[in-house]
Amino acid sequence: MIRISPTKILAGLALATALTAVSAAIPAQAASLRMAWSQDATGLDPHKQTAFSSLRLLELIYEPLVRLDAELNVVPAIATSWEFAPDAKTLTFMLDPNAKFSNGAQVTSADVKASFERLLNEETAAAARSNFLSIESIDTPDDVTVTFHLTTADVPILVAMATINAAILPASEITAGTVGTTALGSGPFKLDSWEPNAKEVLSPNADWAGGTVGVDGITISVLPDETAILASLRAGQTDFALLNDPLVATLVPMESNLVLNRVGQLSYNVLQLNPSRPPMDNLKVRQAMSCAIDRQAIIDAALAGEGKVTGPLTMPAFAQDPSSLFCYTQDLDKAKALMAEAGVDGFTAKVIAATGEPPVAASEAQVLQSQLAEIGIKLEIEMMELNVYVDTWLAGNFDMAVAQNGGRPDPYPMYNRYFTKEGNLVKVSNFTDDELDSLMKQGQAETDPAKRVEIFHSFESRLAELSPWLWLSTGYNYTAQLKTVSGFEPSPTGTLFGLTKVTVE
Amino acid sequence: MSYVVQRLLTFPLILLGVSILVFVSIRLVPGDAITAMLGTEAGLLTPAQRASLASYFGIDQPIWSQYLRWLSGLVQGDLGISSIYGKPVLTVILERFPLTLQLSLMAMVIALGIGVPLGVLAASRNERPSDLIVRVLAMLGQSTPSFVVGVLIIYVLSVWFGFVPAMGTFTPLLTDPLASIGQLIFPAITLGFAFAASVTRIARSSMLDVLSDDYVRTARAKGVTPRSVIWRHALPNALIPVVTLSGVEFGYLLGGAVIVEQIFALPGLGRLVLDAITQRDYALVQGTVLFIAFNFLVVNLLVDLAYVALDPRIRIGGR
Repeated sequence: MIRISPTKILAGLALATALTAVSAAIPAQAASLRMAWSQDATGLDPHKQTAFSSLRLLELIYEPLVRLDAELNVVPAIATSWEFAPDAKTLTFMLDPNAKFSNGAQVTSADVKASFERLLNEETAAAARSNFLSIESIDTPDDVTVTFHLTTADVPILVAMATINAAILPASEITAGTVGTTALGSGPFKLDSWEPNAKEVLSPNADWAGGTVGVDGITISVLPDETAILASLRAGQTDFALLNDPLVATLVPMESNLVLNRVGQLSYNVLQLNPSRPPMDNLKVRQAMSCAIDRQAIIDAALAGEGKVTGPLTMPAFAQDPSSLFCYTQDLDKAKALMAEAGVDGFTAKVIAATGEPPVAASEAQVLQSQLAEIGIKLEIEMMELNVYVDTWLAGNFDMAVAQNGGRPDPYPMYNRYFTKEGNLVKVSNFTDDELDSLMKQGQAETDPAKRVEIFHSFESRLAELSPWLWLSTGYNYTAQLKTVSGFEPSPTGTLFGLTKVTVE
Repeated sequence: MSYVVQRLLTFPLILLGVSILVFVSIRLVPGDAITAMLGTEAGLLTPAQRASLASYFGIDQPIWSQYLRWLSGLVQGDLGISSIYGKPVLTVILERFPLTLQLSLMAMVIALGIGVPLGVLAASRNERPSDLIVRVLAMLGQSTPSFVVGVLIIYVLSVWFGFVPAMGTFTPLLTDPLASIGQLIFPAITLGFAFAASVTRIARSSMLDVLSDDYVRTARAKGVTPRSVIWRHALPNALIPVVTLSGVEFGYLLGGAVIVEQIFALPGLGRLVLDAITQRDYALVQGTVLFIAFNFLVVNLLVDLAYVALDPRIRIGGR
């Protein structure tokens, strides 16, 4: 019998480890990008996916008619130009005749029509359908012209079309029912393989009408723990990564070989009150709560300073200076006076928050708990698994909720769903107001950009004063990269479309 | 032999119980595949849209009807289709199992390789400084959570050595043994660290018991060398509690080491079941838990059989 001494076994293990280390240290092919993120895409159907990672992946494979640049301006994608009729009831697009799907087939007006018909079909179960309900009919006079006829003046529909949820799919794939199983788009990359929750491999789409991309391909690894992503970047085994946790992101600049990209995001951290439940049904109580909180202190304590105070509107083109909004500077005397006027001498309420979504949810809830205790409000924090939270949130079954809600580049799709009588999430906000309703309708129909800004400023001021929710802060989208990576342009929407210009030394 | 057959016959009954428990409990948790996919945007769906998705995910029928449909597939060897992977559940499980098996075996080798000698050392030097040091180390190992050890290992490797083990995907042992062991060695150390501490404590206390037995005193009186007393006479008898502990622990490990797999981004059974629960992939949750339960039963049976090999006085099956 052969006997192997423990010393030899240990030496063997050490050698194995060393060899692995050496093999890992060999640089990857120069022009391929090794990327990592903590949450993977959950599906390949761009009309159905709403998860952040799914959208980020699908934006590299599919294209909508138009997209938003880093300043949130609408710029060409499949469409080269577009025009609203003066009454904003007709919207016409001219398509790029060079636009092709990755199988070489031209993108035509028939594909656009089929895609929007699929979106509007209830059986598709597209969440974004609600943004396109004003579409009455679609004309395709030739291969490169598409005209949308709308039932009502609907200016924000253009921005709603600038998301991957309104991607243009091949009509043939729609007919064959293969959307979601294959990923055939006209975007800058093709999906070569996908192992859910493990890895994606992308290669450039040679037929992309937008030009040539700067990398040979992208390999995305799913590393669920963001400290492991940081370690992988630090070790030079990942070139580029998405980060969600501000606490991990703040460690990136300490590493000499790494660069942190940080851009203000559209989503916002908010304490949602439930105005259908007493005493939050009392305006003065809600306003007292708004006066009692110190928003900057929440950012400093819970977000490690990574954020800025915001009102309801987070998009730079519409946002006002938050200090001009109702009680955005902490005023405990006023808060106590408002509570006294309301005849409420403190109360206990349950606040729900999702574990890890956002990563700072629990810390935010704790800081709010200590701040509201100053005016006699006792918060009981209930942390929930994300799905449980979503279910409870959708049912409006909470006193208060710490939330991070997604933002939109336009105020109409961002808040129409919550604070108007026809809004399909009004059961979550439990709050409507005639003036807010009227301002929202004006904002939808107005075509003059300056007047729209004015309308939505009034909307924002009114909303902050009525305080159905307490808007707190807006954070940042983070990506980190090795210094050998260059050319990435981050966007407030979080899109990774900027990877098309990236090169790796 | 008849004992083994008897035990095997109880398997289907136990697995049936497990399947009912999992089937019902995963559906009692609020949220479903639709909210898992769409998040808060699920609130934008019309009733017709929701019905269409419910039909797609197979959750539009009453629970009992869903269960019977799933059970009828199960008896034909069909665990259903995973909604995340779009593949048969069994295929997905079998793709993930080699990693979990290899990781468990490596962790066991590390834990037993460290724990048994340390336990023996501590027992043979009872109440001396080396015993105290081993006991403190064992206490430290047991009380340090694996996420601390794992993150610490990754931190030290990346900061001091500019290296992290390959993460995200798995290189099977047969494809590239060196890369495969290299990838799993640090996760195995993380897992083995805490388990080695338990083994040390059990091995020590068991050895102390055995060393006070009459036959050991007799052996010593007959002039058997201390080394021979410990390794040849005492240790085999002291190992029975270690085998029990190892069997239970190995059963747990085969269920996937969720935290370690999460930290080191290893696509094993633990992460599979975690992702399945998070994304409410009911078929995958049911199939994976059933597979894990089956493994547990088999390992426990093997442990019982191992007792006989270790101690010929033990008879199983009542004879």
